[in-house]
Amino acid sequence: MSTNVNTIRDLAEREYKWGFVTDIEEERVPKGLNEEIIGVISAKKNEPEFMLEWRLRAYRHWASLEKADAEPKWANIKYGPIHYQDITYYSAPKRKPTFKSLDEVDPEILSTYEKLGIPLQEQKVLAGVAVDAVFDSVSVATTFKEKLADLGVIFCSFSEAVQKHPELVRKYLGSVVPYTDNFFASLNAAVFTDGSFVYVPKNVRCPLELSTYFRINAAETGQFERTLIVADEGSYVSYLEGCTAPIRDENQLHAAVVELVALDNAQIKYSTVQNWYPGDRDGKGGIYNFVTKRGKCAGANSKISWTQVETGSAITWKYPSCILQGENSVGEFYSVALTNNRQQADTGTKMIHIGKNTRSTVVSKGISAGHGQNTYRGLVKIQKGASGARNYTQCDSLLIGDKCGAHTFPYIEVKNSTARMEHEASTSKIGEDQLFYLRQRGLKAEDAVSMIVNGFCKRVFRELPMEFAVEAQKLLSVSLEGSVG
Amino acid sequence: MSLLEIRNLHVKVDNHQILKGIDLTVHAGQVHSIMGPNGSGKSTLAQVLSRRESYDVIAGEVLYDGKDLLAMKAEDAACEGVFMAFQYPVEIPGISNAYFLRSALNATRKYRGEDELDAMDFLPMFREKLKLLEMDEKLTNRSVNEGFSGGEKKRNEILQMAVLQPKLAILDETDSGLDIDALKIVAKGVNSLRSRERAIIVVTHYQRLLNYIVPDFVHVLVNGRIVRSGGPELALELEEKGYATVEAEAKQPISV
Repeated sequence: MSTNVNTIRDLAEREYKWGFVTDIEEERVPKGLNEEIIGVISAKKNEPEFMLEWRLRAYRHWASLEKADAEPKWANIKYGPIHYQDITYYSAPKRKPTFKSLDEVDPEILSTYEKLGIPLQEQKVLAGVAVDAVFDSVSVATTFKEKLADLGVIFCSFSEAVQKHPELVRKYLGSVVPYTDNFFASLNAAVFTDGSFVYVPKNVRCPLELSTYFRINAAETGQFERTLIVADEGSYVSYLEGCTAPIRDENQLHAAVVELVALDNAQIKYSTVQNWYPGDRDGKGGIYNFVTKRGKCAGANSKISWTQVETGSAITWKYPSCILQGENSVGEFYSVALTNNRQQADTGTKMIHIGKNTRSTVVSKGISAGHGQNTYRGLVKIQKGASGARNYTQCDSLLIGDKCGAHTFPYIEVKNSTARMEHEASTSKIGEDQLFYLRQRGLKAEDAVSMIVNGFCKRVFRELPMEFAVEAQKLLSVSLEGSVG
Repeated sequence: MSLLEIRNLHVKVDNHQILKGIDLTVHAGQVHSIMGPNGSGKSTLAQVLSRRESYDVIAGEVLYDGKDLLAMKAEDAACEGVFMAFQYPVEIPGISNAYFLRSALNATRKYRGEDELDAMDFLPMFREKLKLLEMDEKLTNRSVNEGFSGGEKKRNEILQMAVLQPKLAILDETDSGLDIDALKIVAKGVNSLRSRERAIIVVTHYQRLLNYIVPDFVHVLVNGRIVRSGGPELALELEEKGYATVEAEAKQPISV
């Protein structure tokens, strides 16, 4: 079993060595952060005045927080100081294929792709192999975009949206996560370089899972990205973010922001699979993933649903939340968070009930293995005016081995006596009994563990788009390799 | 050649010696019953044979199909054809009965170098076995043993045996907690699986099950040793006289 651990670790390190991040032509600005740098970033992106002003306000706010040492310290995670002036805040990587064919790629990397069921052509792109003419991702993307354009759906990079749809950006940017929201959100607002933008017009049901065809690009997401999705009245959109393939990045700090806005009768479904580099077995390296994700159900009968499968990163700090402002609006949060080796996760959600008859569902499944520390932190808040509000929370933890930890911090604030709240929680351990039962039927110990874990997560996987769900299951198995024995 | 050959098996659990020298030979085609009072070591024997690791074998050897069974991991023994019907079957939430069994079957097929079955090949066979055990088809998609009644869990064990077609099946107190109707169904299932290529060891406290699964041999286990062996009539004798007589006999010093 230790060979498997080594495989994963070696794999991660080899990727680095094999040039995922070498050979990049970069356009960089000097290290550090000040108003001048913000100006350079904004100018390089050819942004209109309002963007620069917004960034500067965000920067000034962030600088005041930094001066006051206001980096949040309440989460149940441990890490050394981050040197913000040591980070390069603008670089536009231009990746070049490193290999001529898949034969040149480390077979162990390929075997992980294989295990995850990643299609051959995508494997090539992920591994940095020159892609042949048969696979023309650009043309696929173009057809896809044309189809969306016919429906009036805007799906583009944030930079493009700033150029082409400044009025939409201006109207909604920061409307859910203001630049004053928190330390990392302020930093993101000041320096974000790109991300995605989606606008779905009235009464349009977006027929495709957005970003399905773009996940290769998604694999190259930046350090500070920003996503804004607006679903106009009566519209529906499902958005996928991330990728199951293991992803390395030389930037340790990631501080992304995602804002969702759902108007009357609109629905947004946002699914994430995150498998960033978790660090080595001893906790060296790995991404700090400090993300602010929030959706606003601004309109009546609107619905926002978050589904996340978090298996990567050394530290995960994220609380995809819903502000249920519109009457009868619905918020959902389905989460699987896995921590193995020395990974730490402090994740959960906030459901803020403002409108009447608002409903929310929270299903959180935390899995801890190795020395992993897994924390669920959730807030359900029922405001005074939210009569008839309902919440159901289910929060389960599964422990593998005896060196890991599971922690739960559920906060409930109710200011309206008509609210109905349900909270269920459980902590269980994969027992020798369960393992022996499965092994006695012929399953290898590791397969037995992943079967039990997949069963444990089923309620959440059901919420994922089909092909994503299959990959997510495999991802859990791969992430758990080496956790038993 | 015998299918199972247990020689002088001594086993400890938590520093407590449970089995104190078991000798037993089982041939393919035979049904053996191991009977004994509570705490005599019946379940320990079943668990050791199915390769549970928390038991310390301190002496003796076990040959299964000519191979050293005690050197095998639980999953390898299972793939080699050793099956145990659990006294307390475990629940696996979120995993359907059919998916679990197909995975198990495919693990054993893969081990033997056979092709894996897809759902289309598997389901018709699975449904047939459900019928054999008079089990509701809705159990196909229910999570393994979750919310099953005691009787359903035991029937589910025999269902698994029917699907996996082991060479050596060990039934650990399969009759406990069964009402008479369920007992008959379980026995019918087991009897339909009797064959020339397969041996079955029925571990039980009561003679009741043996009215329906008639064994070829009965062994009485007392205090970690087999104190008497005989034919099915031995079970009847025990039923009549209780274990007290054999226990008393066993207390007589044994000349070695």
